[in-house]
Formats: sequence, structure tokens, C-alpha cells
Amino acid sequence: MSSIAKKKGFGATLWDYLTTVDHKKIAILYLAAGSLFFVIGGIEAMLIRIQLAQPDNDFVSAGLFNEIITMHGTTMIFLAAMPILFGFMNAVMPLQIGARDVAFPFLNALGFWLFLFGGIFLNLSWFMGGAPDAGWTSYASLSLASPGHGIDFYALGLQISGAGTYIGGINFLVTIINMRAPGMTYMRMPLFTWTTFVASALILFAFPPLTIGLFFLIFDRMFGGNFFDHTMGGNTIIWEHLFWIFGHPEVYILILPAFGIFSEIFALFSRKRLFGYSSMVFATVLIGFLGFMVWAHHMFTVGLGPTANAIFAVATMAIAVPTGMKIFNWLLTIWGGSIKVTTPMLYALGFIPSFVAGGVTGIMQAAAPLDYQLHDSYFIVAHFHYVIVGGVVLAILAAVHLYWPLMFNQMLNETLGKWTFWFFFIGFHCTFFIQHFLGLMGMPRRVFTFGANQGWDTFNLISSAGAALMAIGVIILVINIIITVVKNVPVGNDPWEDGRTLEWAIPQPVPFYNFKQTPLVRGLDTFWIEKQEGNKEGMTYAEPVSDIHMPNNSFIPFVMTIGLFIAAFGALYNGEKDWAIPVLVLGLAITLGSMAVRSIKDDHGFHIHKEDLMNDEGGK
Amino acid sequence: MDFNKKYTPQTWPDHPEQVTLEGKNKFLGFWLFLGGETVLFASLFATYLALKNKGPSGMTFSTETLFELPLVFVMTMLLLTSSLTSVYAMYHMKNHNFRGMQTWLAITVLLGLAFLGLEIYEFNHYVHLGFTYGQSAFSSSFFTLVGTHGLHVVIGLGWIILLMLRNAKRGFSLYNAPKYYTASLYWHFIDVVWVFIFTVVYLMGVVG
Repeated sequence: MSSIAKKKGFGATLWDYLTTVDHKKIAILYLAAGSLFFVIGGIEAMLIRIQLAQPDNDFVSAGLFNEIITMHGTTMIFLAAMPILFGFMNAVMPLQIGARDVAFPFLNALGFWLFLFGGIFLNLSWFMGGAPDAGWTSYASLSLASPGHGIDFYALGLQISGAGTYIGGINFLVTIINMRAPGMTYMRMPLFTWTTFVASALILFAFPPLTIGLFFLIFDRMFGGNFFDHTMGGNTIIWEHLFWIFGHPEVYILILPAFGIFSEIFALFSRKRLFGYSSMVFATVLIGFLGFMVWAHHMFTVGLGPTANAIFAVATMAIAVPTGMKIFNWLLTIWGGSIKVTTPMLYALGFIPSFVAGGVTGIMQAAAPLDYQLHDSYFIVAHFHYVIVGGVVLAILAAVHLYWPLMFNQMLNETLGKWTFWFFFIGFHCTFFIQHFLGLMGMPRRVFTFGANQGWDTFNLISSAGAALMAIGVIILVINIIITVVKNVPVGNDPWEDGRTLEWAIPQPVPFYNFKQTPLVRGLDTFWIEKQEGNKEGMTYAEPVSDIHMPNNSFIPFVMTIGLFIAAFGALYNGEKDWAIPVLVLGLAITLGSMAVRSIKDDHGFHIHKEDLMNDEGGK
Repeated sequence: MDFNKKYTPQTWPDHPEQVTLEGKNKFLGFWLFLGGETVLFASLFATYLALKNKGPSGMTFSTETLFELPLVFVMTMLLLTSSLTSVYAMYHMKNHNFRGMQTWLAITVLLGLAFLGLEIYEFNHYVHLGFTYGQSAFSSSFFTLVGTHGLHVVIGLGWIILLMLRNAKRGFSLYNAPKYYTASLYWHFIDVVWVFIFTVVYLMGVVG
């Protein structure tokens, strides 16, 4: 078991990935599946912009347009942005803290499969009678009235993939609390680990309200419940509360890891310690805390009353303080640094003005009276794309370039990487900057077309042209990845040459058991400290080489997921097809049965022996 | 670490559930999971309070007319006692008395089953009165809140029974001690939620 370097056939590789519990392979799975959904969501975005490129367009029908915008939002948030970030958390965080793996490798695999099959289930709606069409927020009175099964696919699909995310969140929390290498105190953890930690805590407390909201929707639509139907005493606002109690922390679940990635990049390529590390940690925790206090700012126009609106307006504005601290800390990290403008650094530099613009419009909307004017207009669309694309997507693209050598032992082409950046960056501003003005001119969001006499033609055309530029950027990235994979030039250790944190100290390609000996962490930027002291071995180690305990691969996570996937079809057709309830029961029985098998079977993992480790000079 | 190493009462550690890294991870992970579960039930409670006594115009069902405290009091006593017996089981686990633990867990399961039987009787009674799941927003939120708790009881019972059967011949090990411990934590959590249901749904429904 000392090495898995042997060339394997396709079948063996496929089986390996279906059963893997290795965080590095699960990271690749997350990245691949998330990218697939990112492309699907991107195509939906292009369809939206083609439809809106000119007035009175009939490229898609009004009904189809509603399905496209709903699926674009849902796919991008739940199935693209979050899973890709999960991929980087899996790939990097355990190495950053010097852990063998995550705390629950089995659950890690289960979380991935749940996310993937939830996403597949949601997207099957396209082929099975129509996609959800009530917007990604799926407000209850609208979604209850939606005919067909679209909303059912939404509720059940998100329920499955949400369970996966929840499991992942607990897993990361326990990993960070229990499995840090000796010397890795909380205040020595790299910022990406810190933001993973806080984002996971947000997942832990934000996803249960979504689960409940989705259950209410499922019960109302499929099992005769009456939570949202006001003629039966229900209340449609309950959905809005539950959705936004989840939904607002959700945007911090996305943006905090993005902040973490940029913090790593600024320090790495300024070749300087991150400025104000402890205030960065403080700001991260504070943003996470305040993230739960502001959900009703999405509901200013619902009519909660001036007192509630005022409280939520002030709480919302308060978030600008820790966020501002972060922006200044990043600027001061660059200041006086010995800067290398690599592709990831380019994204980081582009992120600051973009994200600040999105933050400023956020403060504008936090003022409740002004929000009455901006609500449901393109100004809102422009705002959240500035924070999500200008923050999260730029971070994801930066991280693809930054961590590609760590994950695949290859370097993406820097020239093509910079081309990607410029196309994407210019296209992004071109698309969304002008939408602020469309909003101020009165264009409502989610309209499928507009009239030629409304004066919105030119700006919409410019916006659509920008979207094309972004698409070109992504295509260049895909070409870059293909070229890199085909060439397959290994990069060796410390690929960026200035690695500061523990993940860059590990030999390339990363051995499947991670560090042969658990490293001793002697400070913040521990690898940098060792390099400054001229340590030729890479790290100081906390233990001699000894046997390593590893978990066994397992096919059970996949089977459990398939059970829920089958059960979801049963729920979907409840009351319509005779086989619905038996299928529901069968699916749940598969899942519960595989849980029982997992509990009953002895699964103690295996050991890699010391002698094998001594002979293994890194390598896969 | 050999997970199946046999211990005697003398060598058995004080906190067998937290000796191995796996045990520590399970212990912490399960506490965190219960944190999330708390938010889950909080959402259900909030919804119930918002929709309590709300229904189509002319609805005659209300908490005052529907609930009967004596039955619920018996259910509460059964579940509270089962929580106590699961503490005895954990006490015996710490003392490396396997038979004692299994016995007290069996009593816990019986008490839990009795609770579940009464809950099924209660639900059945309401349905016969016409207070069905889809009768009103009130009924939907009531059955969902109390039913979710009931589902937790079912899962908890299944879990404890499975543990008892699986380990009946194996005895204690550092591999299964964390499993017993987290199952008992789960059982306590179910009990705590019921205390809130008893107070918020039944007591405040009839007396408040």
C-alpha cells in the first residue's frame, strides 16, 4: 500500500473516484462537478443576455425566460460557487493545518455525492416537464402557484444538495478544531483556514432554516400541507423569513472563503506578512456574526414596520466596518511589498475596486427609504453581481490558477491566464456597471423583455456585449486547462517559490497520506520561517517517521445518495402516479439500509508501515 | 491503535468516548450537529407559534379544545424517565459494566416505545376528530413540529437498538464507546426538545 503510482485502467480509476475518501481526490471531484455546473449556469446567463440584447426580443418565451433566470441563480449559488469553494477547502485546508485528512473522510465523500445528485436532480427538471420558474428565492405565493413539477425539483434537489453542504460544514469545523498540527494555535492559522472555519460555522446554523423552509414547500406542494396558503390560515411571509435567515449568511458563506483566498494571494505575491493578521481574524468572525443579524434587509418593502426596518438597516451598515478593515489591511499588505504580478495576484488586484463598488451599493440599499426605490430593479442585479462575481468568482478564478500546481502538480500557462483575466474583468464591468443605471432608469429585474421606446436599448446591448467578453475569458481558461493537462509538465516543490504557509511545504506531487511526519508549526507563515532560517529539509517535524493510519475507501456514500435520489422521485410524483409512495419508501430504505450496514460493519482502516514510508520519496 | 483491544475495569479509561482521535471527532462533531438541530427545531417552533390556531374561516379547532394534558403528562414522564435511564447506561459504560449498560439501554428503549405508542394514539385521535395534516395551517405546523420530534424518537430508538444488537457479543471497545456516547447525547437532545414542546405547545396552549 505504499504507493498508488501504478498506471490504472479507466474502470479502476472510475471505481477509485466513486469510492474515494481522500480529501485531495474529493477536492478534484468538487472542482470538476462545480465547474460543470458553472458552465451550465454560464450558458443560462448568456441566454438571458441574448434575450435582453435588444428590445421586444422573442429569442426565448416569457415562461422559458423565467425558468432560465431561476436556474441561473440557483445553479450558480448552490451548484457552482459553493461546491468549487468546497473543492478548494478540501484541497488546501487540511494541508494548511498539517492534518492527515479531514475529521470524517467517509462523510466528506457522502457530502460530495449528495451535492452532485441534488444538482443532477435539479437539472433533470429541464427534461422532465420544465424547470423551476419562481426565481432562485422561490417566494412562496409565487412558487405555490407555479404549475408542473419545476418547483418540486427545486425543493427536493436543494434539500439533497443542502444536506451535503451541511455535512461538509460540520466536517470542516471538527477538522480545524481537532486536527491542527502541533504548534498550530488558532492565531497561527492561515487566513484561508480561518475563513473556512467561520464559513463552516455559518453553514451549520444557516442551513437548518433552509431545510425547514424547503420541507414546508415540499409539504405544501406535494403532501397537502398549508403553511403558506393564507386561505387555510397560512402565512407566505414565513418562507421569506426562513429563506433569508439562510440566504443572507449564505452570501457570507461564499464571500468569506473568497476573502481567505485573496488574503493568501496578497501575502504570497507581495512577499510580505499579511498586514493586521489579528484584525483580519477579528473582522472575519465579526462578519460571520453580523451575517445572522441582517436578513430582513432583503424584506424592507414587505412592511415589517419602521422599527424593524431601522434596526436591520443599522445592523447592515455595521457590516461595512469589518469589511472595510479587511480592504485596508489588504492594501497595506501590498504597500511596500516586493510585488510579483502573477495571474492570481492580478485577480486579487482587480478584486479590490470591484468588490468595493459592490460594497458601496450595498450600503446604499441598507438605507431602507432608498431601498424602496431600488428594490426589484436592475440596481439590485448590478449590486449582487458586483459582490458575487467581483468577489467570489474572481476569487475562484484566482484560486484555480493559484492552487492548480498544488492539486495537479502542473502550472497553468501564465500568459493565457492573464488573457483570461483581462477578458473576464473588462467584460464583467462592462456587463454590470451599466446595469446600475438601468436600475435607476426604472428597469425592473426579472423582466423577459422591454419596449423600444423605454430608452434602455443601448445600455442593455452594452451589457450583453460585456457578457460575451466574459464568455471569451472562460473559453480561454478552458483552452489553458486543456493545454496544461496535455503537456503535463511537473512543477516540483513550492511551485510559486514564495510559499509562506504549510500547504506549500509538502512535496509535489502530494503523497496520498499528506505529510510523512506531522510538521511542527513555529509561527504564522511557518514555511516562510523555515526558509528564512535556511532549513533545507523543508520543515521542522513534530514526530519521527511512524506508521500512518488511513481510512478505507467506501462505496456506501454513493449508495446512500442514490437512495435519496430515488426517494426524491417518489416524493415528486406523490398523488399523481401509483408507484410514487413505493418508490419513496424504497429510496429511503436504501439510504437507511446502507447507514445500518455502515454502522454494523467493522471498518478500522489500514496502516501504512514505517518501512514503506521510508522508501517512498513523495509521489503518488 | 488497536480498536478491538480488550480492557478490564481497571485499565478502562475515564472517558472512553474521547480517547481515540475518531472518538474525539465524533464527540465534537455530534455536539455541533446538535447545534444545527437546535436551529432546525427553533425554525419549527417559530412557525408553529406564528400559525397556532390559524385556519380557514370558521375553524373550530384550537389548542384549548384539542389538547388534553393528562395524556401529554404521561408521555412527558415516560420520556424524562428514559433520559434518566440512559444516564444510568452511560454510568455503567464508564465503569466498564457492559451488561448493566445494555440493560439500562433496553429499559430506555422500552420507555421510548411507550412514548411513541402514546404519540401515535394521540395523532390518530386528532385525525379522527377531523384535525388532519391538511386541515389548516395550524394542523400542518402542529403535526410537523411534533411529528419531527417523533421522527427523531424513531431514529433514536433504531440507533440504540442497532448498537445493542451489533455489540451484544463484542463488548466494550474504544471503537464503539463513542457510538454509545453520541447515541445517548442524541437521546438527551430529544428529551430536551420534548420539554420545550410540552411547554410551548401543550401547556401554553391549554393554560396560557
